[in-house]
Amino acid sequence: MNIVDRRLNPRGKSLANRQRFLRRARKQILEAVREASARDGITGGGNSRIRIKADSLREPRLAPAAEGGERFHVVPGNKDYVEGDRIPRPPSGEGRGRGGSGDGESEDAFQFVLSREEFIDLFLEDLELPDMLRKELRETEGTTPRRAGYQTSGAAANLNLVRTMRNSLSRRIALKRPRPEEIAAREAELAALERSGEAEQEVIARLTLELEQQRRRSRRVAFIDPIDVRYNRFENVPRPASRAVMFCLMDVSGSMTAHMKDLAKRFYKLLYLFLSRRYERVEIVFIRHTHLAREVDEETFFSSTESGGTVVSTALEEMQRVLAARYPREQWNIYAAQASDGDNMPADNAHAVAVLQNAILPACQYFAYLEVGPEDERYGGSTELWRAYQRIAKAGLPIAMRKVNHRSQIYPVFRQLFSRDRAVRTEAPA
Amino acid sequence: MSTIGESFCITSGSEWNFDQLRRAHDHIERIARGELGLDIYPSQIEVITSEQMLDAYSSIGLPLMYRHWSFGKRFARDEALYRNGYSSLAYEIVINSNPCIVYIMEENSLAMQALVVAHAAFGHNHFFKNNGLFKQWTDAGGILDYMEFAKTYIARCEDRHGEEAVEQVLDAAHALMNQGVSRYPRRRSLDLQEEERRESERRAEEERTFNDLWRTLPEGQAARGKRSELAERQRLLGLPEENILYFLEKKAPLLKPWQRELLRIVRHIAQYFYPQKQTRMMNEGCATFTHYHIMNRLHEQGTLDDGAMLEFLHSHTSVVFQPDFDDPRFSGINPYALGFAMMQDIKRICLSPTAEDRAWFPDIAGNADPHATLREAWVAYRDESFIRQFLSPALIRQLKLFEVHDDSHSDLVVEAIHNERGYRAIRSALADSFDVIKREPELEIVDVELDGDRRLLLQNRVHDGIMLDDDDAERVLDHLAMLWGYEVRLVEIDATSEKVLRTFDAGPLEVT
Repeated sequence: MNIVDRRLNPRGKSLANRQRFLRRARKQILEAVREASARDGITGGGNSRIRIKADSLREPRLAPAAEGGERFHVVPGNKDYVEGDRIPRPPSGEGRGRGGSGDGESEDAFQFVLSREEFIDLFLEDLELPDMLRKELRETEGTTPRRAGYQTSGAAANLNLVRTMRNSLSRRIALKRPRPEEIAAREAELAALERSGEAEQEVIARLTLELEQQRRRSRRVAFIDPIDVRYNRFENVPRPASRAVMFCLMDVSGSMTAHMKDLAKRFYKLLYLFLSRRYERVEIVFIRHTHLAREVDEETFFSSTESGGTVVSTALEEMQRVLAARYPREQWNIYAAQASDGDNMPADNAHAVAVLQNAILPACQYFAYLEVGPEDERYGGSTELWRAYQRIAKAGLPIAMRKVNHRSQIYPVFRQLFSRDRAVRTEAPA
Repeated sequence: MSTIGESFCITSGSEWNFDQLRRAHDHIERIARGELGLDIYPSQIEVITSEQMLDAYSSIGLPLMYRHWSFGKRFARDEALYRNGYSSLAYEIVINSNPCIVYIMEENSLAMQALVVAHAAFGHNHFFKNNGLFKQWTDAGGILDYMEFAKTYIARCEDRHGEEAVEQVLDAAHALMNQGVSRYPRRRSLDLQEEERRESERRAEEERTFNDLWRTLPEGQAARGKRSELAERQRLLGLPEENILYFLEKKAPLLKPWQRELLRIVRHIAQYFYPQKQTRMMNEGCATFTHYHIMNRLHEQGTLDDGAMLEFLHSHTSVVFQPDFDDPRFSGINPYALGFAMMQDIKRICLSPTAEDRAWFPDIAGNADPHATLREAWVAYRDESFIRQFLSPALIRQLKLFEVHDDSHSDLVVEAIHNERGYRAIRSALADSFDVIKREPELEIVDVELDGDRRLLLQNRVHDGIMLDDDDAERVLDHLAMLWGYEVRLVEIDATSEKVLRTFDAGPLEVT
């Protein structure tokens, strides 16, 4: 008998099977994921329970049907039946309490738990940051040291012992430095001869001389010489920027209803989630504006209302200020999303467009303008701000614009904006 | 920690360590070998976590398994059930291998570990090593090596031919897994020496029984020509063949060598598990009987304290609980309950038989050696024959078994109850319900239209009007057509009247 402790074996033995399973049911899982996300949003951590139709996961077998034909059953627990008794047929083929297996049901729908990572992966599948590659190559965030061979000087911590000892050994061999064992052997030999007292003086003198020579050589030729020493060499490799900052700009003037803010919030959340999967660190800057713009924290951003007129350019100027103060564009990937109902003081449009075009867009990776409308609106004509922005968009600058009226449109619009497929992405807004 | 063997005692606490486990095992072994006379493979007890238990579940109980999505599906489902508390995990998994691998979970108490060791490392282990079906059909020494080979081979195929291509073949093979089993040993092809010996025997027999009168008999059989053509083709193709996977592996015209090897792997695994399907009730009965005896003896010896004994009894009674047919918890006959009850009953018959027992079981009644009797039964029987041989009237009365006839449209009729007139009918019907061959459809490949479009012809002989599940059958047939490469037809015919009841057709998908 043999007892083996397997508890520390690597976990996730069935991970490969799970990946195959997810791939197999991919289409259905994707639908379920979209559905689940429409239901709960993608806030919060934890795992998501997914329920999918089991059709593509069915494992058919050639087996007898569950019903039909003549059958004989032997069952326990007879209370008062005697031979020849007739028992009324239980309804819907549920053969006398045999229905409890539930196997039939579990085949129709299949329920399991997706980890949060798997969920997000599927959720954001096919999306990518526009022009990310180009930016990453151009912008770097400091440098990172990488091993690059050896050097002859350096810090003690970087001493490469193996390389050093190899050099030392080859040098000792080349210079015929006697090994300690050899010296010891010769000493022993000499001592034995002296003790026996039979050896001739000449021999002893010769041995002593040789020993002396060996000792001297051993002293002269160092065990480790400075020329043997090697240090690990590191090269500083530029690291692509992996930090992003996301600006949330929102109009909080009286015309923005709670519904509109909710739409904007959902969009910001998606954007944040998406960015945080692509970048190591994502910072968010919230800027809200009426006729004045202010950088606020998240709480204030979404909750409290303020009254006043609407001057969009103030928010853009505030963003410009923050950019200049804290987020140099060499070091940060900059994203911005603006949500507004499209109201703006008519006189301000030209100025807003100018700021956007001259200061913001050149720094930004991507600027998304989301025009939120009331839920019931179906034919909202384009607003002043929309028309103004549209002119820039036509000029080919990195700005994307969409209109959203209902919560259910958020996700499709988001997918459209970040779709891997360029044709979908650049499709003209409806 | 004490080192004196005598002072060792299994208590009901939840803490245990490896040393205690080892000593519990040694105590159990003394009883298992000494009193029960069990003959076992060396066992390897592997301690795992609940997560690893879920892993082991998903790969149908083998420690090594190739990769396939269906195992991932099983894992996902079991995990969801377990995490939500709908089901608890098994206490152990035991593998028919040499050495016999027993997985036990770290969470269990020492009393439960002792139960599991007695149950699996001795009960199941003995059954695996000695039962005739396992001896004939499985190779306990080679299974782990074979699975290692299968796993790497299939992984290599995935690398070379792509996951999808491999998956397609495996899906199809899994769909036909139940039809990938040989129920009888295949006839070996004769070697020359054997052929000569038979020939000379035949000649000697002919000489011995020569009678010139036979020459004068007229040569009937005019219809022979047409029939022999079919017979010749069947002979060449080795038909009829019930092992569909075997036939495809050997004869399917379009499969590539690696695809044939995949079919072979799935077929071997199906064959490996086939004895377990036929002996589930006996196997569990044997293990349950063994652990029950051992745990009681441990308690008598004082190695198991009262608390641990109560803990054991609690889990034992829930394992062998058999709800009545009208109980909402009823889901068929519990194989643990029936197996355990029958083996306890045999023990009773051996030790203190009644007059009825002497009449029904003259061979074993009162032979005073229940353990030897059981050991013989464990070797020679499978579920179906075991019930046919050993289900006693006393047990039928105790379980209050009764037989119901269901013709699928009118009222159910009680055919037999636990009385003198009913015993044999109940015993026979219960044995039938444990007979794997009767539970599975009688499918065979009967012909290939070699002079036409190479259509493969299958036949399902329908007994008692129980047809195939048609939705599944169509899907399986699609898989089969994919492997065969040409059209496939499945005909269901009534076994008694030879009337064709239903026909399924499938063709390989057009590759565009």
